[in-house]
Amino acid sequence: MKLRANLVIGGALFALAILVGLLAPWLAHTDPIMDANLMNAEEAPSWTWWFGTDGQGRDIYSRVVYGARVSLTVGIVSQLINSVIGVALGLSAGYWGGWWDDVVNALTNLMLAIPSLIFALAIMAVLGPGLTSLLIALGLTNWSFTCRIARASALSLRSQGYVQAATVLGYGDMRIMITQLLPNMLGPIVVIGTLGMGSAVLSEAALSFLGLGVRPPFPSWGSMLSEARDQITTAPWLSVFPGLAIFLTVLGLNLLGDGLRDILDPQSRSRRT
Amino acid sequence: MTGSPLIEVEDLRIDLNDGSRKVPAVESVSFRIDRGETFGLVGESGCGKSITALALIGLLRPPLSIGGGVIRFEGREIQHLSAAKQRALRGNRIAMIFQEPMTALNPVSPVGRQIAEMFVLHKGKSWREANQLAVDALASVRVPAPERRVKDYPHQLSGGMRQRVMIAIALACGPDLLIADEPTTALDVTVQAEIIELMRNLCAERRTAILMISHDLGLVANVCRRVAVMYAGRIVEERGSADIFRSPSHPYTQGLVASLPRLGSRAALGRTRLKEIAGVVPAIASFPDGCRFNPRCAQATDICRTTAPGTDLLGAGGLVRCHHHA
Amino acid sequence: MHEPQGRPDDDLILSVEDLAVHFPLGGGLLGRERRLLRAVDGVDLSLRRGECLGLVGESGSGKSTIALSILGLLTPTRGRIVLDGQVVTNRQSADRKALARIVQIVFQDPYASLNPRQTVRRTLEDPLRVHGVTAKSEIEDRVATMLKHVGLRPEQADRYPHEFSGGQRQRIGIARALILNPRIVICDEPVSALDVSIRAQIINLLLELKETLGLSYIMISHDLGVVEHMSDRVAVMYLGRIVENGHWREIFERPAHPYTQALIAAIPDPLRHAPLATTGGDLPNPLNPPNGCAFSPRCRYAEAVCRSEPEPTLETRPDGHAVRCWRSDEIAHQTSLAAT
Repeated sequence: MKLRANLVIGGALFALAILVGLLAPWLAHTDPIMDANLMNAEEAPSWTWWFGTDGQGRDIYSRVVYGARVSLTVGIVSQLINSVIGVALGLSAGYWGGWWDDVVNALTNLMLAIPSLIFALAIMAVLGPGLTSLLIALGLTNWSFTCRIARASALSLRSQGYVQAATVLGYGDMRIMITQLLPNMLGPIVVIGTLGMGSAVLSEAALSFLGLGVRPPFPSWGSMLSEARDQITTAPWLSVFPGLAIFLTVLGLNLLGDGLRDILDPQSRSRRT
Repeated sequence: MTGSPLIEVEDLRIDLNDGSRKVPAVESVSFRIDRGETFGLVGESGCGKSITALALIGLLRPPLSIGGGVIRFEGREIQHLSAAKQRALRGNRIAMIFQEPMTALNPVSPVGRQIAEMFVLHKGKSWREANQLAVDALASVRVPAPERRVKDYPHQLSGGMRQRVMIAIALACGPDLLIADEPTTALDVTVQAEIIELMRNLCAERRTAILMISHDLGLVANVCRRVAVMYAGRIVEERGSADIFRSPSHPYTQGLVASLPRLGSRAALGRTRLKEIAGVVPAIASFPDGCRFNPRCAQATDICRTTAPGTDLLGAGGLVRCHHHA
Repeated sequence: MHEPQGRPDDDLILSVEDLAVHFPLGGGLLGRERRLLRAVDGVDLSLRRGECLGLVGESGSGKSTIALSILGLLTPTRGRIVLDGQVVTNRQSADRKALARIVQIVFQDPYASLNPRQTVRRTLEDPLRVHGVTAKSEIEDRVATMLKHVGLRPEQADRYPHEFSGGQRQRIGIARALILNPRIVICDEPVSALDVSIRAQIINLLLELKETLGLSYIMISHDLGVVEHMSDRVAVMYLGRIVENGHWREIFERPAHPYTQALIAAIPDPLRHAPLATTGGDLPNPLNPPNGCAFSPRCRYAEAVCRSEPEPTLETRPDGHAVRCWRSDEIAHQTSLAAT
């Protein structure tokens, strides 16, 4: 067996990010918000301040560690919402067809035509900034790819013998969709979901950067970047470390998604020769 | 005619590379086909019949490769020819038709053009001449209104018509050997009869030898003069087609003949329980030791489980590979 | 075999009356003519308890369309299907469950017909739960008994389909079809996707189960050898219609319709190195069927009457044998002359 490097590296990076978020209170040296001390303002990285400090003397390392919580919560929860919406719409549209399929298709095309970040911006504008609005905005705007994949899978699976057999055995539509179709389309859905998490992390950063995400002083990688933009030449560590955290997490998720695609590919799974 | 065969396969071995090791998918396969002869290769899925044919035509692709043995075409070894030389042989001297003509034909090119291409490629004709020859070729495979049909695309034709087009392409350059891999499996029985008769008559007229590959022993025995039965990568029996059904010698062949409900047998003998061959067809990676049929064979003894049987001669040129053959 | 008692209708478990299934193809937009595919067009069939009815014909003849209509997977355009005394043609989706306990199907492809993500146990237990069997011990008993019936060991129940060979998978497919104790099983080419050396096992199993469980079969196959071996009666279809219907022995020994004759003659005789009997031409395009008798363009007995409207009707002889051919009497006379 060839070791799949993308799967291993991607999984490790993603697991590391989750661990950091979970263990933040133990990993952080100081409280990310309260421990401001103007005596230590804008210290460069050193043995005392691993990632340096910001203008208010807060430890960047501790803020990056706590920032993982926001970024990953947004990434995981909003993508979960997207996956559930996308699968529910796509699966039912592909299985039932007819007018419902037309409606879902129209909706999907609409979503694909509007850039999702702009759409999320509009929702944020209505809901106001904050973590909950962020989850809702990103969770409602990025389901169209999942929906397309789910619909296409349902269309092709629906004519499989075992789905017909379930119909003949008197299974209800819900049961057929959940027990017969869903488990057999999970592979590509998981892959899309993993890649989607990466883009949700980026979107969170972008929205927070624009000041629409998590409000200061609470740390998120995006808001840290946003605050750091004026000091990019004088105190580059303020933007480098949160930027690096975003980069490594998104890279990890993308590698993981690629790796999962490799092993979940139905062609390599089939035993038929 | 000289005594030398058109094609001769000696001790052919085809390896399947599964990443860490090479497993023989086909082993110790030897047969010969004379000019104008009809020869059948029969067996179940995974027995190696189709990859043997691909080896003859130089179309084995990784993870499959020739692991040993010799393939001679008109006395010349062809198993290690360069890709260019194999291409020249393919289509021109050795042609092949497949089970599903829809996948073997180019869907975006009119069928006439696909036939004409053969004349341009292998006979150096101009497109103008080749197009005329394509109409003649379609007429020769009894496609009605060939001058109109040449403009059709594959999807506009029925399954039977598509297989006729495949035959027209295969026979365009007057090959010496036509390999037909399950040529009628996807077709209905009355259409199968049409296609088989067409193939048989055209090849007889042109003295083209046929290597027919099928899972259908009855069909092959009817079409071919000699039949070889393959099981798990080896030829277990080779006989004249009349003998193989009347007096099969290998227990596997006996089982195959007895297990098929033959038309008319119920009327003659009443409904009897069909004879079953126990067990399952082994996968390539788990071919058993000794005689590969031994786990399913009622007559198997200790020697069958340890030692692969050699080839024994039967009367009338038959061969069998069994320690206890009839 | 016992003789049917009482009114002959009591013995009927299935009757299909004037069934028609038409599929509209292509829209009427852009001046394109809207075409109608008459997949099944006026079919009458009946199945008695304990009987095996063979349904024979080439692709596009409508065999599978009939099966799907009986199973409730297709809505017929016209006609009636009566199952065990109940008209089921215009059923609501709610009684799909009631239908499921009467008729089931064994599919052709044992690979595509099992859910790769479900163990054998799950595949067999779920239908019982859907149909209101809740007692854990009863469910386990019935699954174990069914596995034994189809020749699988109980400890194989927790495996997934890919761990089984094609023949074993088909046994699982048969177990799934029988787990609800249906009265009728439609066998749609049950052995044609299997390796030749495995087919006899499945054919024997199906015949055994028919006897032990008192089942009735509709056996769809293009393999006439299998049909002859298994069927009590045989219906031959051509382009959406039945052209001949009768006792298996009559169909195979004295086929009356030229198409049935052609089908039988086209089967290669392995004992003779002889040309196959050809019929002439391919199947006609079902979207543009010939005038008159649909088989007339390929029929060697066809005369002017066969090529003009109206098409022949299915005439039932006193012995119950039915033939759709204007000239069947003359043809029978000719063939009997030729035989002597």
